[in-house]
Amino acid sequence: MSAVILLTAISIAQLLIAIAMAIASVRMFRGPRAQDRIIGLDTLYINAMLMLVTFGIGTGSTIYFDAALVIGMLGFVATVALAKFLMRGEVIE
Amino acid sequence: MIQPVSDLPLWAAIVVAVFLILGSALTLIGAIGFLRLPTFYERLHAPTLGTSWGVGGIMLASMIYFSVASSRPALHEILIGLFVTVTTPITFMLLARAALHRDRAENNGNVPEKHQHDLKDVEVVQGNPDEK
Repeated sequence: MSAVILLTAISIAQLLIAIAMAIASVRMFRGPRAQDRIIGLDTLYINAMLMLVTFGIGTGSTIYFDAALVIGMLGFVATVALAKFLMRGEVIE
Repeated sequence: MIQPVSDLPLWAAIVVAVFLILGSALTLIGAIGFLRLPTFYERLHAPTLGTSWGVGGIMLASMIYFSVASSRPALHEILIGLFVTVTTPITFMLLARAALHRDRAENNGNVPEKHQHDLKDVEVVQGNPDEK
């Protein structure tokens, strides 16, 4: 009984997060200006991180947690570098 | 997909399922708002739903699941939650400032001018507003 509840909830959560990732990538490709594309990329990697954590709950292994942590940290650095580039025209000055 | 632990007690399964669906539904609502809002400065608000309660709900679900399944506290997911909570305001404020800078540099009328009253005062006193 509890396995059925868990599997159904994990499937629904993965479906919803996949739709959210699709919407974020639509905004990333269609966004009228560069800052919209950067926010789309930011939303996309946050959603990919959440998707990996739901995979970890589904398979019961903790190795997905490390991948999610790495995605979160590198995505933050990437977004800050892109925002800095938009602001100044160069990343490191 | 490997079957999850089937000897999880029923209350834990229900709590984990509720947090999972809450988090993913809020993430989806944030993404829909991100697609539909008209201007950039309004769109900036929508994805924070996904980074606050989306991350919070799914990390809570993961923490409860692994704590109950391995019958010892497994709290390492709180690292991701803390990290995302700290870094999201930084990235969005940097992006908002960059967008404001670009809109002002293009002078396209989307954003108000910088310190309108200060510039007038400076003009009265010094007669040279372009220096500031």
